[in-house]
Amino acid sequence: MSNLNNKENKKVLPAGEDSGGPVKQEFNITVYTENQIGLLNRIAIIFTRRKINIDSLNTSPSEVESIHRFNIVITEWEDVVRKLCRQIEKQVEVLKVYYHTNEDVIWQEMALYKVSTDVIAEKVSVERLLRENGARVVTLRKDYTVFETTGHREETDNLISILQPYGLIEFVRSARVAIIKDSEGFNAKLREFERLEPGEDVVENEFLNKGDKVFTM
Amino acid sequence: MEVAQQETLTTAAQKQAVEVSGSVALLEALIVEGVETIFGYPGGAIMPIYDALYDYKGKLEHILVRHEQGGIHAAQGYARSSGKVGVVFATSGPGATNLVTGLADAQIDSTPLVCITGQVFAHLLGTDAFQETDVINITTPVTKWNYQVTDANELPEVIAKAFYIAKSGRPGPVLIDITKNAQIQKFQFKGYSPCNHIRSYRPKPIVRQQYIKQAADLINQAKKPFILFGQGVLLGSAEQEFKAFVEKSGIPAAWTILGAGAIATDHPLNVGMLGMHGNYGPNVLTNECDVLIAIGMRFDDRVTGRLDKYARQAKVVHLDIDPAEIDKNVKSTVPVWGDCKETLPLLTQLIEGKTHTDWVKKFNDYTRQEVEQVINAELNPTSGEMTMGEVIKQLNEITKGEAVIVTDVGQHQMVACRYARFNHTRSNVTSGGLGTMGFALPAAIGAKYGAPHKTIVAIIGDGGFQMTLQEMGTIMQSDIDIKIIILNNRFLGMVRQWQELFNERRYSFVDMTSPDFVKLAAAYSIDGKSISDRKDLPGTLQEMLNHKGAYLLEVMVTKENNVFPMVPQGCSVSEIRLK
Repeated sequence: MSNLNNKENKKVLPAGEDSGGPVKQEFNITVYTENQIGLLNRIAIIFTRRKINIDSLNTSPSEVESIHRFNIVITEWEDVVRKLCRQIEKQVEVLKVYYHTNEDVIWQEMALYKVSTDVIAEKVSVERLLRENGARVVTLRKDYTVFETTGHREETDNLISILQPYGLIEFVRSARVAIIKDSEGFNAKLREFERLEPGEDVVENEFLNKGDKVFTM
Repeated sequence: MEVAQQETLTTAAQKQAVEVSGSVALLEALIVEGVETIFGYPGGAIMPIYDALYDYKGKLEHILVRHEQGGIHAAQGYARSSGKVGVVFATSGPGATNLVTGLADAQIDSTPLVCITGQVFAHLLGTDAFQETDVINITTPVTKWNYQVTDANELPEVIAKAFYIAKSGRPGPVLIDITKNAQIQKFQFKGYSPCNHIRSYRPKPIVRQQYIKQAADLINQAKKPFILFGQGVLLGSAEQEFKAFVEKSGIPAAWTILGAGAIATDHPLNVGMLGMHGNYGPNVLTNECDVLIAIGMRFDDRVTGRLDKYARQAKVVHLDIDPAEIDKNVKSTVPVWGDCKETLPLLTQLIEGKTHTDWVKKFNDYTRQEVEQVINAELNPTSGEMTMGEVIKQLNEITKGEAVIVTDVGQHQMVACRYARFNHTRSNVTSGGLGTMGFALPAAIGAKYGAPHKTIVAIIGDGGFQMTLQEMGTIMQSDIDIKIIILNNRFLGMVRQWQELFNERRYSFVDMTSPDFVKLAAAYSIDGKSISDRKDLPGTLQEMLNHKGAYLLEVMVTKENNVFPMVPQGCSVSEIRLK
């Protein structure tokens, strides 16, 4: 949250610059919501309407009971991401939206790989493979073996390229889950939301909070 | 919360739960919400609600429209002229899909609506049942909120949320889809109380003194400040606060099409209309002002023209209730987010009283040029066929700016909004953001119910009228006193104008043959007349306005007139053309 403002202050845009941010990069959008049918669609169409591809989307419970958490990954300009976040936060059932670069979050993706047990036993040093890739065996059967690894994209990708020559039968990777490094969680915030007259930082859209930047245009 | 004096079902239920059907609970909820008029059309999946409505005839007025699109546009007209929430009933399937255009229109123009659609029985959902359509998903992009009710127990709370969401913050349309089983289902009704808080929903941001202060400083230092105002002033019922701000600051103010009427047309600081067919001065001087103060407007592309050449020299103060509008199109120097009813008085307090005489004179100079080169020919022609502008001018002379003007979409809309006089707020009803042809006739019907003591004049083109003319049936059946002016140029004029200017006069499918509108109206027992001679205009307009009940006046106007000034698409506002 506060890092959002810091970033705002760091970034120096020429007057009226509209493209936002210097480069397109991966952003992790975290959305705290009520758990309601149809909300996934309401959020997804905010991206699809603008023809923006969602790289990864995960929904899960959050640290607060009854509050859901979406983790969405897109590759875009920061200015575009900020506008998207405002549109998401505007939805009735959305409590709060944050966006972060990869550096600001701890993130992981999990992948599963199915290979022929015969091939793998014959041609690969399984022990080394597991050790070097931080993988583990989930299932070992006569006909096939399933490996699992969890990590960043390069790591899960790396194991694909290692296993591909041995006839990778099936591969699947999960959506990204991300923890915000400097977040204090949502418990205290939620109690504020439940009050009729909550304080400023809860009500205000944080992407608006320009602080001292106000007169720099 | 308003509770009727005598005991009602709802007040009784508040003391001790009463067993009622979902349909009855819905109607009770509408009564508590202050609904008086419903625009609707029955069908299979909404029959239990209509059956319950039979017993509520004295309490809720239902207007039977001729098409669901007519129903929702009527509800929009009602909401726009009254400031209250418009209510629509429609059945499932085609009934619900016919609402979509109106929902999109209400969403983009921030009009508060609650639409109730019937749905097939819950156990049939997803089976491609008769008249089943996935209305929730179809309407998600065009509603502020929507919800499907499958159990009557949910109804009171959901309806309360629906009204609260529709009218609070930045208003918008809400759709509630109720399965037939929930309409029939008996449940323990414990009364109804309106909603005033949803934990995940913040209708308005908190006003921050720090930005008010910064905005006031900018305004006080400004040499050439310029106010742009939009519908936010009306939606926030902040007309008085706005007027006080304008008058103390002495800053010239121009309106977006939906902001028309927020301050009287002939107010000395009202310098005219913004945008593609707006006035000369406001467009040109947007690129000369030093501080731009945008109030309840969203910098639509029809207002800004080419964005990278829009007001680059100016510092921008943007007052808006919707945080998503700040920096969406035009970067603001100071964002004053909040309800302008609260922020304007705070700002007025901090600004110095001024008169920007020389700067205002600049606007007047441009007005003079526009009058000479455009307006005179449009309003005061002496020969040839009639122009749209002179019809509006004559109308002004009779109504004196007291009427509610409802317009459709196209050339006549631009001419009517440019030249009509508005003395009062909520007297301009038009489809701004979506540009929905066919809007005016049904919207005028609704506007009459929203403002029953006002004269309602619908100004419509020959094309738009034919998109929803079936609503003359509604006018006939419910005896609705609206005056309809068809400005007939035998063309789809606005498209023709663009084809003339940008497509080398290749008039591709804009030539329109129309029926005899007067005979058509007569078939619906609506009196009318068609005129093509200038000398008949004042008398016939007077006759129309004196007439008791609905009246249709067709005015044959010149075929190939163009609306000017014009900011061609892709051009900057300062490149506005007078011819």
